[in-house]
Order: sequence, then C-alpha cells, then structure tokens
Amino acid sequence: MSVHTSSGTESDTEVVVIGGGSTGCGIARDLAMRGVEVTLVEKGNLTHGTTGRMHGLLHSGARYAVSDQESARECITETRVLEDIASHCVEETGGLFVQLEEDDDAYYEEKLQGCRDCDIPAEELTAEQAREVEPYLTNEAQRAIRVPDGAIDPFRLCVANAADTERHGGRIETHAPVTDLLVEDGEVVGVEIQHESGPGKRVHGKEGETEEIRAEYVVNATGAWAGRIGEMAGLDIEVRPSKGVMVVMNVRQVDTVINRCKPKGDADIVVPHETTCILGTTDEEVSDPEEYPEEQWEVDLMIDELSKLVPLLEDARTIRSYWGVRPLYEPPDTGTTDPTDISRQFFLLDHADRDGVAGMTSIVGGKLTTYRLMAEEISNHVCEQLGVEGECTTAEEPLPGSEDFSVLRDYMEEFGLRSPIGKRSVQRLGSKAEEVLKTGERNPVVCTCEAVTSAELRDAISHAGTDLNATRIRTRASMGNCQGGFCCHRMAAELSPAYDERVVRDSLDELYQERFKGQRHALWGEQLSQAMLNHALHATTMNRDRDPARKEEPGIEYGAFDAGPSPGVSGDGSTRATADGGVRSDGGTPDSGAGRSGKSAKKREGEHGDQ
Amino acid sequence: MAISDDVLVIGGGLAGVSSALAAAQEGVRVRLISHKKSTLRNASGLIDLLGYADGELVADPFEAIPVLPEGHPYERVGIEAIRGGFSLFDEAVGASYLGAHTDRNALVPTYGGTVKPTARYPVSTAAGLASDSRSTLLVGFEGLSAFDAPLAAEHLQAADVPFDVHGVSIAFPKRFRSDATAMRFARALDRDEPAENGESHTRDVLVETVKAHLDGAERVGFPALLGEDTPEEVRGSLESALGVDVFEVPMGPPSLPGLRLEDRLYEALDEAGVRVTTGNPVAEFDTENGRITTVYTDRGGQRVPFEASEVVLATGGLVGKGIGSNRKGVYEPVFDCYVSHPEERSEWSREGAFDDHPFARFGVSVDRDMQPLDAEESAEYGNLRAAGSVLGGYDLANEKSGSGVSIATGYAAGRAAGEHA
Repeated sequence: MSVHTSSGTESDTEVVVIGGGSTGCGIARDLAMRGVEVTLVEKGNLTHGTTGRMHGLLHSGARYAVSDQESARECITETRVLEDIASHCVEETGGLFVQLEEDDDAYYEEKLQGCRDCDIPAEELTAEQAREVEPYLTNEAQRAIRVPDGAIDPFRLCVANAADTERHGGRIETHAPVTDLLVEDGEVVGVEIQHESGPGKRVHGKEGETEEIRAEYVVNATGAWAGRIGEMAGLDIEVRPSKGVMVVMNVRQVDTVINRCKPKGDADIVVPHETTCILGTTDEEVSDPEEYPEEQWEVDLMIDELSKLVPLLEDARTIRSYWGVRPLYEPPDTGTTDPTDISRQFFLLDHADRDGVAGMTSIVGGKLTTYRLMAEEISNHVCEQLGVEGECTTAEEPLPGSEDFSVLRDYMEEFGLRSPIGKRSVQRLGSKAEEVLKTGERNPVVCTCEAVTSAELRDAISHAGTDLNATRIRTRASMGNCQGGFCCHRMAAELSPAYDERVVRDSLDELYQERFKGQRHALWGEQLSQAMLNHALHATTMNRDRDPARKEEPGIEYGAFDAGPSPGVSGDGSTRATADGGVRSDGGTPDSGAGRSGKSAKKREGEHGDQ
Repeated sequence: MAISDDVLVIGGGLAGVSSALAAAQEGVRVRLISHKKSTLRNASGLIDLLGYADGELVADPFEAIPVLPEGHPYERVGIEAIRGGFSLFDEAVGASYLGAHTDRNALVPTYGGTVKPTARYPVSTAAGLASDSRSTLLVGFEGLSAFDAPLAAEHLQAADVPFDVHGVSIAFPKRFRSDATAMRFARALDRDEPAENGESHTRDVLVETVKAHLDGAERVGFPALLGEDTPEEVRGSLESALGVDVFEVPMGPPSLPGLRLEDRLYEALDEAGVRVTTGNPVAEFDTENGRITTVYTDRGGQRVPFEASEVVLATGGLVGKGIGSNRKGVYEPVFDCYVSHPEERSEWSREGAFDDHPFARFGVSVDRDMQPLDAEESAEYGNLRAAGSVLGGYDLANEKSGSGVSIATGYAAGRAAGEHA
C-alpha cells in the first residue's frame, strides 16, 4: 500500500530487491512464488547493468572444467534447468573447444577429463568432423571437444522473470534508482527511490518523485554496483569490477559456440546469438563500473585473435561493440592480482553477521547461467530471516512464454505473416505468440532486419511504456544490420496515439542515441557506410538534427521562405502565402510562430513571397 | 578494341549525371559508366542546396555561401558554377520540378513530421509547402508504418507551422501483405486496381474515404506513393475528385520521387547523346605521364577497357562506396586518391548521434579546377576531376547540401573536362 506525503510517497512491502539484472529478477520471482510480498527496484530498465552487456553464453560448464569444477557442475545442472523452464530464451547450439596447433595437448586432455569428472557430456571430434559441424572453422584446427554449450537471451530471460513476479503479486519499478537506504537503530528498514518519471511504466517527460519503501528485508543484488549501495548504510563491500568487450557481427558466421581450448586468455569465444555472432572478450579490472575507457585495441584484439579460429571474421561486418562489467568479488585478504584468477563463485554477504547491520544481504560474484540457483539460495536465506516456510519451485515452473513451447504451432497462416517472420516472432514470444499476434488489425513488419511486427511492438510497449530501449530488448527491433536507421522512427510511431507527440519524439531521440553509441566502436567498412546512410536519412530528409519543433531551435519565420511560384490552383497567392503575422485563408491569425525571431540576418527583409 | 570517348564519367548518381550533361554541352563525346543502382532511390527527391550554415537555418543559400570555409565544395566551385549547375538541372528535369523562380529555400514537410529546407522540389510536393498557409489534412495508411499522419500533423503543429493541420490514418482500399512497401501501393494507384470490396476501384474508394475526413481542409497530403509510372495522372485524378490540391510527403527508401528523378535524368542523358554503360565495377586503370589513359571494368573476370582523354570521378561517398574504409583507414577505391582522416578510429565520430562527425566529411580534396589532390597538395592525375559526395570537406546531412553539391561540382568538373577534351 502507498500513501502520499508532502515529500513524496511512502509504501511498505516485505522484501525490497535492488537490481533488475538476472539475479535480482530471479530472486524477486522466487520470493513472489513462495508468497512473499516483493518489490524490485532498478535504476535503468531491466538488464541495464551487467546482464544486458554479456555475450549470451549459456555455460555447459566446460569452460570451468579444469579450473573450478564446483562451478562447472553447477553450470551443467542449471543449463539443463533453463533448457526446460526458459525454452524460449535458450538456443541449444552446442559448443566446441577447438585446439589449434600452438595450443597445449596436455590442457586439451585435462579439459576432456574435467568435463567427464563433472558429468558434462563431451565428445571428441577430429578436425574434419569439427569442420563438418562448422564449415568456416580454420584449417589449422587440430581437434575439438563437443559440449552442450548454448546461447541465452538475457533480456527475454529477465523480462520473463519480472513478468512472473508481477503475476505472483510482486511489484517491479524500473527507472527508479535507490537514493538512500533507510537505516533505523543500526538496521536497514527500507529504501528511498527516485521515480525518474513517476511510478509504474516509464513515460518520458513525466515529472519524477521520490518514494520511501519500508521493508522487513532488503536484498542488494546490484552486482558491480553493490559497493555503492553498501556505502549508503556505511558498509564496505569490496566488489572488483572487471570490464570485458563484446563485438557483434552482422550474421551468424557460426551456429555453434566456438571456444579456444587453452587455459585462459582474452578473445577466446564466439557465441551465435539470434541473428548475430558475439565475439568475446577481455578481462580488465576497473575502478568504476560506469566510467572506464572503451579502447580500440580491445575491439581489434577480438577480430585478430578470433580470426585464427574462424578466418571469415577478419573481413566480416561488425555492427557494434559494447562493454560489460563483471561483478567479481573476493573475500577480504585473498589478494588476487589478475582478475582472470578471481573466482566466478557467488557470495552471500549477510550484513548482520558480517558488519552488525541487520535487515540486508548483498549478493555478489556469480554468473548468468547459475542466476536461478543463486536466487534460490538467497531466497532461502531471506525466508529464514522472515520465518517463511515456502519451498522453492523455480526449477520446475516454466517461465511465462515457455509453457508448452514444445508443441510449437504454425502461426504463419493464422496470423498472416510470411514464414520467416512468423517463425521468428513465435520463437521470441514462445507460448505468448497466440495472445500477442492474434490481432484484428493490420500487422506490418516494422523492423525488417529482425522481422519484428507492429503487434509484437505494441505488446512490448504495453509493458515498457515509452522506454523504447526496453521495448527493443524485449523484441530485438532495431538490433540488426541497420542498427535502427530504418526503423527507430517507426518503432516510436507505435507509441502514438497512446502518448503525445512530444513524448514520442523524446523516446525516439533516446533510442536513436543509444543505437548510435554502440556503433561507434564498429565504424569502419560496411557499418561506417550504414552510419552515414542513417545520418543522411535522419538528418537530411527527416531533419531530426535541426527539428524546428525542438525547444532549443529558434522558431522559423515561415514567411521568409518560398511559398511556391503560385500557391494554390487558382494562382492567387495573396491570402495564402503567409508573411509575418499574416492572415490565414480561414480568416484566423496564426496562433504562434509568426513574429518569433527567425534568421533575419539571412532572409530578405520585407518581402512577402516571390510572386 | 577499347571503347574510346573524350570524357569518361565514373558514377551514375546526381553528380555523375550532372558532369556528363555539362561535358556534353561542350560538344564532346561523353560516356558514363556506373556499377550499381544509384543512391538516388534512397533520396527523398528534394534538391537541397544549403539549408543550414553554422547550424543556422538559411532562407537564401546564395547569401550564406560566400561565408563557407575554404575547402568546402561550394567555395571550390564558386557561385557562378552553382548557378550554372542549377540551370542545367532545371533544364534536365523541366516541369517536373519547381523552385527555380526564387533564390530562397522552400520548407517541405517530410515523413518524420518536420520541415526540410530545399532549393528545388518535385511538382508533386509543391502544394504542401510549409510557408503556404492553407489548412491541411495529412493522410496515412494503416500498415504503412513509415508515415504516421496524425503524429506528423502533431509534430508540424509543434514546429509552429502557419496553418491548421490534422492527420488521419485510413485503411488503403486494397489489402496487401504485411510487409508491402510504398511501391506496392503506388502500383495499385497507377493501375487503379480493383479495391478490396471487389465492386469499385482503388482511386474511387480512396477519394470517398478521404472526403469523409476533409472537414474543410484546403489541401491533402499523402505519403509519396501516388503512382510510380503515372504520378501526374494519379495526383490529378485525386485532385479533381477531391476538389482540393493534393501533395506528396517525401519518404525514406525506397523513395518514389527519387526513382522518378532518376528516370528523368537518364532521359536527359539520352537526349544529350551521352552513352551509358552500367553493371560492372571499375577494376583497374592505365596511366601515362601522370594521366589516366584507360579505365577497365570487370565483367565477370573479363577486363573491358574504356579510353578517354578526361576522366570524372563521381562514385559517391561512404554510402555509395565511392569512399571506402577498413580498420586501418579511409581510402578512395578507384584511383586511390588521398583521403585525409584521423589515424585513430575513435576520432572518426563524436559521441552524440547528431554531433559534427568527422566521418561525414570524409572524401577527396580538390583544387579549384576540381582536380583531386594528393597529401602534398599536387594533382593526383593530370586529367582527373572529382564531383559529388566523393568530395570531402562538407557534411551533406547536417548542412542539407548534398544534392546541390553534386549538381554544382558535377557541373564544374564536367564542364572543365569537356573544355579540356
């Protein structure tokens, strides 16, 4: 329940979860399913932090089979669970660990044995067999181990967890950064948040307000940002953020996850993801999870190194690059210097035990593949504190969209969609396809690169409000080759008429800017040509860079411009060509615009038209 | 035996066509070769000259041009060549374009709901000018998501246009597949295909539907899809049936006004006796004493030679691939002319999507005779000139100057090539 006070709003709940990444969303769902009243708050949109900025690998565990067998076992177990409960978010691509000539034989053997020790199915392939699986694999490949790696869409996964949380009575607040922790008598009793655009779905331009949410327990699931939240209650949480680059290719050069079979190192994995491939990554400790250098050498390293595995990548088209920050953590006094040596395990920090501050636990470390297991453990812990006895059921209950997905029907005819479009829509929507696509209205394709239709966008907007980046991650619209050049404005138009023109324009500007930012590290060759085309489409014909409707632009003196050689069919332009303060043909006067300062220096003063 | 001409123009866009027409006026034998379809089909069909200078809206481009910085293509060619180029253009397109009666820019409402400054505009857009105060109805079609008429109307109101404007979205009389483009709509209007109801025809049903929304509007704007082959007839029949002026709102690719312009320009080339060879890229060339003697195209592995005494490079910019780039740098792929650019890729762009991007200005630099210059500022080849967006030193999107630069530099390069041939 919430009440309005002079300074904002107050509400209460049982548990506040801070952070809308995979861990936070997983915890919120788990608690909500056990009957706990839960509110999740996230400063951006869902997946805003690290979750939305990873390579989308669903680990079989093979990657950790030599160095960290406990993690490896968790991975294979959780991968099997996700294939089951999140089938519409997962693609079972399979993976290869490829040994090149210069790679160590002994390590290959250890990897194979490690997989077997951890019950990870591992099949040895000759170089020929490996190239049969992946024809573009280098001729230098010696042999390979086939493992059940996969690809996962972290956006869809988080959205499905959040949707299920709401379905079980929970509350999800995005664009609501925590501005303070409420601490009373040495105990955390809630959070203060700033609604950037009012509570609920985001509406651009809507006035923000603060809200105090009082809770019996607070979970800090902010990953690399955990230290910042901790500081608000005087707690010291030693997260060691480590950045990694991901480079997105325009097509799927490979359909299988390709790993380099060597101990550790940068640039050793290619993950097929939806219509693209993602190359990763680097591992460099940074001091600030938001401000760190994005460097050209990192992008070049991905292409140079991974071309050794898949030579085609050398000249392939790169559509964007992005960086993510791992929320690495190690207990005080461990003293690891190389971030690649820091454990990928997760840590549950109960601040009552650790710091004498009750009411809050932080969760740090870990990885996306095991998000559900982490959520289960922390939910167990929270329930213990609250005296709740509910059992965890998240490993058995499918996520929304994933129920009965095995009986995928042919929606193409039914929804009037051409086959590849229908197929892709149904893959993204899973079991929600019928509900979303069954619309009586015309359903044009809005994003042609990713084959996203108007109906799918309208469904996403009904959940995301005016945040088109949130709609983008739900649908993949604007994430293909053109990076939104051909569809951003059409996506924005889907907000109308529910939202007014000004809001639509602000939302469009935000989406277009976000799309541009990620391309900056891929601007050469085809993608630089694309960027110039997008620049020309949006700035030239649409004149969006100098949009006269923008407040920053001075008003136009329309009378100073050509009104046509003879406006109107009759040829008498006298009442039609508007000069400053002129009279319209309907007898009214222009309600605004005329008389505002124009470009008087560059117009011919005193002339009214050119007849 | 090699095909031999006086002037060889490489590139079939607005700059190439302007060059070829200007060279032909000098009474020499001209050939234009182009590889792919020109980028005109991506263009709105509006012919801008200079819409913004220093970020300020320009009412009269000829007043703003003299203050452009050194190296800008307009500074290179000078006012006289700009006027010459536009005369040539006006002659080539005849009555299909308007705007020549004044030096001033017109403001044309476009599909995004803003207005765009332009020096020439297709006759089909003329009734829609934003400085004309007649009340306006914008009509969009359900399923054609690139133009949302009610939203565009609201946007124009926000831009304080001096007229009443409303928008309505209606069902097109004929139902197409969900991913139909403007081309499909245009064809249905061209042929006046039977409407969905099976009893009447597309145009009649369209007129009846629009009439119900007219509400006193003195002009009606549709997305630019009023006919591909017979636009005048389609628009004319709608105007007489509706009893008001009808205009087109320029759209993004594929753009019918862009395609119509392309058709008109190629007719003009034909009338001027320019020989046109299309379909194959330039692969290599021979030189002698610092002059280009023969250019070879690649026809499926076979070399086809073209000899000429003067050559014009009008291959386009980054979009048309007249300027290429890779991780190491930026280059001009046909003659490897020098292209100045920052060494670090991170300096090729700026952070904001609409910032002043260095990449938008990538291209070859030329002297005042339009000859490409090398890094030491000497002419690359004695008989090579360049025109259009292969040139650097201007941002066609930010300035709204792309068409004008192509026309003016094409004219200057073509005329000089014709004179020297």
